[in-house]
Order: sequence, then C-alpha cells, then structure tokens
Amino acid sequence: MKKIEAIIRPHLLEGVKDSLQALGVQGMTISEVKGFGRQKGHTEVYRGSEYKVEFVPKVKVEVVVDDEIVEGVVESIVKTARTGKFGDGKIFVLPVEEAIRIRTGEHGLNAV
Amino acid sequence: MIKERIIGHAVSVLSAALLAAFPAAAQTVEERLATAEAAIGNAQTAGDNAWMLVCSALVLMMTGPGLALFYGGLVRRKNVLATMMQSFIMMAVMTVLWALIGYSLSFAKGNPFFGGLDYAFLKGVGTDPSGYAATIPHLTFMVFQLMFAIITPALITGAFAERMKFSAMLLFCTLWAIIVYFPLAHMVWGDGGYLNAFLGGKIPALDFAGGTVVHISSGFSALVCALYLGKRLGYPKTQMMPHNLVLSVIGACLLWVGWFGFNAGSAVAAGGLASNAFVTTHFGAASAALGWLLIEWIRLGKPTVLGGISGAVAGLVGITPAAGFVTPMSALIIGFIAGIVCFIAVTEVKKRLGYDDSLDAFGVHGVGGLTGALLTGVFANSAINTVFKDEAGNALPSGLLEGNGKQVLNQLLAALIAIVLGMVASWIILKVVDLLIGVRVSGENETLGLDVSQHGEEGYNLDFDYVSSATLSSGSTGAAANIVHE
Repeated sequence: MKKIEAIIRPHLLEGVKDSLQALGVQGMTISEVKGFGRQKGHTEVYRGSEYKVEFVPKVKVEVVVDDEIVEGVVESIVKTARTGKFGDGKIFVLPVEEAIRIRTGEHGLNAV
Repeated sequence: MIKERIIGHAVSVLSAALLAAFPAAAQTVEERLATAEAAIGNAQTAGDNAWMLVCSALVLMMTGPGLALFYGGLVRRKNVLATMMQSFIMMAVMTVLWALIGYSLSFAKGNPFFGGLDYAFLKGVGTDPSGYAATIPHLTFMVFQLMFAIITPALITGAFAERMKFSAMLLFCTLWAIIVYFPLAHMVWGDGGYLNAFLGGKIPALDFAGGTVVHISSGFSALVCALYLGKRLGYPKTQMMPHNLVLSVIGACLLWVGWFGFNAGSAVAAGGLASNAFVTTHFGAASAALGWLLIEWIRLGKPTVLGGISGAVAGLVGITPAAGFVTPMSALIIGFIAGIVCFIAVTEVKKRLGYDDSLDAFGVHGVGGLTGALLTGVFANSAINTVFKDEAGNALPSGLLEGNGKQVLNQLLAALIAIVLGMVASWIILKVVDLLIGVRVSGENETLGLDVSQHGEEGYNLDFDYVSSATLSSGSTGAAANIVHE
C-alpha cells in the first residue's frame, strides 16, 4: 500500500478526480491548502500599502492505493494536473503500514 | 421662493375649503384669517417634521450599520466584532449621555464656548419648536443632533482599531464627547457660539453640516490616538489585509445614502436649501470617487474597489461643511480635490510619517474635513445661502470667489480651534484613561484578537459539517470530503 499526496491547481481537481475514479480508486480526501514553490505569489495593494501574498491556494489530494496501481495513478495525475507552467504542484508517494476500516474493522487493502 | 409658492397654493386651497365649510357671515375676516394661518403653520410643520425625522434615522444608519460595516470589513477577522461593537456601542452610550447633559451643553444658552444646563435632562425640550428651527418640534431637532454626536466618536475608533481595550474606549469616548464634542458643537452651532456665523459668533465660520465639528475634530483626535497607542503588534511588517472588503463596500454605500440625512437634513427644513445640499452631497461623493481612482490608477497601477469607496467617503467628508453654501458645479470640484488630497494623505503621508492610523480616520476625516472647510471658504456663494448682509439687508459676498477673501481665513481659524482643542484634549484624556485603567490590551490579547479577548465571541463560527465543494457532491466516491477552512 502507498499513500499518494498530490498538491495541484484547485481548478484541475475535477479532472484529477475523474481520472482516478476511472482507474478504480475508491475514495479520496482533499484539503484546501496554501503554499509556495517556484511559482511566486502576487502583490496586493490596499490604500497604498503593498502586501506580498506568498502562499498560493492549492488543493491537496490524498489517496491510498495498492502498490500495483501506484505508477498508473501517478501518471494519471501528472497528465491531468499539468499545464506546463510554474505552480502545477508536486506528487509525493509514501509507504503505508496499515489501514483499518472503522465501520467493519477490516485491515489492509480491503480497508481502502 | 418654493416655500412661498407652496404657501400660496395652501392659502388658496384652504380659503376655498373654508369658504365652503363656513358661511361667511358666521365668522369675522380676522377669525377666518387666523384659522387659515394656523392651518398653514401646521401643514409646514408636518412636512418639515416628516423630513427631519427621516433624516435623523438616516444619520443613525451611517453609524450602524454603515460605519460598523465599513470599519468591520477593513480589520482582520479576529477583530471584526470588536470593531463593529465600537461603532454600535456609541449608539447607546452617546444617546444616554446626550439625554442627560449632552444636548444642554451643546445647544442651551451659555457662554461662547459651551452651553448651560437649561436643557439638562431634556427639561423644556418638547413638541413646541425651539429657536433653532421654527417649524419642527424641539424634540426632533434634539434627536437629529444626537445622531451627529453618535457618529463623531465612532469615527475616531478607526485610528485605534485592533488594539484598544473596550473599557478604555468607552471611557475615552465619553470624556471626549464632554470635553471636545459638546463644546465644539456649541461654538459652531449653538446660540451665541464663538464660531457661529448665523447666531452672532466672533469668528463667522461656515460649517453647514459638521465639517469642523464632526470631521476635523474626530480626524485630528484620531491622529493623536494613533500616535498615543502606538502601532499594532507587527505593523507594518506583518500582513494586515482587510479581511472582508465586501462588508466595507456595503458599509460605504450605506454611508453615502445616510449622508443625505446628514447634509440635506442640516437645512432643518424640507425646502430648496435641503435640495441643494442633497445634490451637492451626491456630486461631491461621485466626483471624489473618480478623483481617488484616477490618481490611484496612475500612481499604483490599478484602480481598487477600496480606493473607490474610500474616495467616495472622502468626498462626502469634504462636501459636508459646504453642502448648503455652494453650487452643484462647485461640489464636483470640491469632491475631486478631496478625493485626491485624501489619497495622498493615506498613501504617501502615512507611509512617510510611519504612524499606524489603522483605518485612516485621520487621513480621510481629518484631512478631508480640513480640505472641505477651506474650500467652503473659497466656493461659498451668497446666491445659494445668504450668510452676510449689510445694514440695509442686502446680501454680501460669502466666499473667496465672490470677493470675500477673508472667509478662507475664518475657515482656517475655526479649523485650527477644532484641531488644537481635539488634539490637546484627546492626549490628556488618553493619559488619564491610561493611568486609570490602561488603554491598550496586552500583547497576548492583541494576538488572540479583540473579539475573543474583549467580548468572548467570534465573528465567524464555521460549522464543520459544512461541505462546499460542488466537485465532490457530484460524484459518489463514498469518501467524506474534509474541507478545512483555514
């Protein structure tokens, strides 16, 4: 089992979600996050006071999947979330030790 | 002229009615005339009183919700309630203070600097007209003036937003009203006041609706508050963006509408002068919004919404002393100048001098009020409102453009009196309040926010069941969507 964390452009969430569902991913968690990488923020001016907005709004998608489909999922996210400009985001793949479905108590892959 | 026409109409209608109702033989001509005159008086009182009660309500609306929303949107979200409360609470505190002694200290006969106690506890203030307005009940005049006393200290709160103790703010505003506002209102508007151009003042300054009394006094006192309290923690390094400009836009538009009551109501009658003040007020706001946006666009690259609404408020401030003295075309010029001058005050001057006038109470009300006071001396026109007369009763010129250059000096002197009184008294009051209870919240409470630390509430309590994403509601993946709003 692997956890895939993808930080993507918010407006591309719909496409990423559809592509993962098409691959058989059963569920996901998303969060509204802010951060920066090479895409710098922008400047806002209120009554002449300049504010640098460094943290750019992004969406973080988290899914836990079987090792076998990790590559396919990653490829699919890269394809659907890419625009080719700074700010497309990052994907992190992490090992997952265990997963438990709270409702039934099932363990492992059956739980995700 | 209009009034005469109305009276003419009323006389003919009434006399026709009276002729039909009573046979001519039953009454003498004198009796019939007396009845008709009384009926005309009642008709005019009904019209003027209806207008002035509406104006009173409009001026109250400027403070709550107008100013409360305008200021509330400009602060950080942790201070939104406390900031709105500082405006709202003035509606309660000033009302009680006004009823007990405020109205008397402002408008009862006294010396040239403050009123006596003839009207304390509203003694003798009833439904009969007063010397200030012959056609409306004294109560109406009293309550209309009360609304001005409410908004003036509320304007100052913009300077100490996000860092003053609620208790200290209450004490400061109460003392400020007694020591600064009531005397100043008496000097400019009160019977025998030192600066009253109509009722025998030594320095005949023109202040139609409160440019000096309300805006210069509050604006310059605000500067003292900003300097005395010091900067907010982290200013100007930390980001302190307005948390909700939507609120501010709504607030500014309510201020604009309420200002018709403030300025046109200051004619204290529903006649032609009120119409002139209404139109000049509107023109001043519109022109100032454009002035601010234009210079902002040129200097900073983008015309901002906050700039547009700030400009409109600056124009309303600027036209306030002039509204009943200048022509609509002059109002366009006054507004435009006020918009540009205030822009420079809040962007360049504030940055250079480094004080933290959090919501620009000084930059907009102090600077805009002073600009308006001086321009009133330039543009005042005796055809709009005859202020000065020679011994034969002929109109003398009012402002500089008519040939009365001395009026600009009168305006400046009146403004200086308000500035000195406001600044000196504010500093002393702050010092006293600071010694008694402390003016500023602790650093910990400032960081926590005034909503929680002063009032034990929050402006926005988000429900965690709340799911806003249309993306997730359309598909059924079976997974819960955890949208955590920061």
